[in-house]
Amino acid sequence: MIPQLLDGTLVLVVVALAWRALNDRDLFRGVIEFIALGLLLAMAWLRLRAPDLALAEAAVGSGLTGALILSALVRMRRREQAAAGQPAGVATGPWAKDRAKNFSRVLLGALSVAMLGTLAWAALSLPAKARGLTAEALARLPDSGVTNPVTAVLLNFRAYDTLLEIGVLLLAIVGVWALRRGEWPAADLRERPLLLSLLRWVLPLLAVGAGYLLWIGASAPGGAFQGGALLAGALVLALLSGLGRRLLRRGRLVRTGLTIGVLVFGVAGAVALGWTGGLLQYPTGQAGAWILVIEAAALVSIGLTLGLLYLGGRPGEK
Amino acid sequence: MSFLDFLSALLLVPALFFFVAGTVALLRFPDLYSRLHALTKADNVGLGFAVLALMLRAENGVEVFKLALIWGLVLAASSTVCFLIGQEAVRRGLKPWTRQSP
Repeated sequence: MIPQLLDGTLVLVVVALAWRALNDRDLFRGVIEFIALGLLLAMAWLRLRAPDLALAEAAVGSGLTGALILSALVRMRRREQAAAGQPAGVATGPWAKDRAKNFSRVLLGALSVAMLGTLAWAALSLPAKARGLTAEALARLPDSGVTNPVTAVLLNFRAYDTLLEIGVLLLAIVGVWALRRGEWPAADLRERPLLLSLLRWVLPLLAVGAGYLLWIGASAPGGAFQGGALLAGALVLALLSGLGRRLLRRGRLVRTGLTIGVLVFGVAGAVALGWTGGLLQYPTGQAGAWILVIEAAALVSIGLTLGLLYLGGRPGEK
Repeated sequence: MSFLDFLSALLLVPALFFFVAGTVALLRFPDLYSRLHALTKADNVGLGFAVLALMLRAENGVEVFKLALIWGLVLAASSTVCFLIGQEAVRRGLKPWTRQSP
């Protein structure tokens, strides 16, 4: 009885919070509600016995995304304040007078709808009752090199998907860097000795924690994404406190770190292709070591990518 | 129910009390400073009791260590964040509530 009561309350609160987060007039309160929503969603994943997803949701969905939206909000307010004194622009309405602009908007809208339709068709054309591959995957678990089924699927059975995911992360940061120069975080926390003395031992601890999550991912909930999210959180803290400046000045090192996940994953795929004849089909008996090396590289890239997104552009002085 | 389970359940009572007290204080206290004061103190003690209760149910020493680590991290983080929020409030000129104020 009590578990059902707890689950029912959780569902109600999640839906209510999602509604509030979308509709709150006070944007700041909306962001806080979004962060709380992420934490409750993590609890919902725990109740569904998906601790891997709960970890990822709490770290990425709630923590990092919350920090990103919060910094976006602060920048938006600052820009609004700066623009308040100036005369308003000419074509600010949703429908500008410019015909070419309207045409491209309609075209983009039509393309988006077409894309949505294609995806919906693809989803609907799947068999209604999927048989699932759980039994097959669990049967081959001893061959995968790890004992955590989630890691086995992500890094062995469906490693190709994970390679593409890490590629998407790289594309995201390249896109953000191409668009604009980053701004230093809104809050200047460099003159706060208490924060600095905390960070001096929390940052190394977070790095160790990320390594621990990576290592434990072989047998228990954890892995490169969860560890990477922890690393990204540490990086955001370092950026906020100004400790990260020296790292960012070493551009080549940062760019290497951003790409190393895709590079190592790709090279591993190519080597495995030459060795065993299958893309990302690791040699028998060595899968555990291959997975560890790939995940370690992915951890660095994921952490750097998610953390540097906080700057909202490529690093560098204005 | 073993003696350790009983002790663990007993420790959860003050944990709940402090969490409830902290939440009530957050809702009822008049200004930011007193709310911060209540939240960080009450929640830290409440979490301390909860961690102690969970430690008694831990399966091995590593779990006990992890729980202690979590408590330590929360203590350090919440007191630092409390200080940062309080300092920012002082910088913006937020006056502390006193009995005389309207």
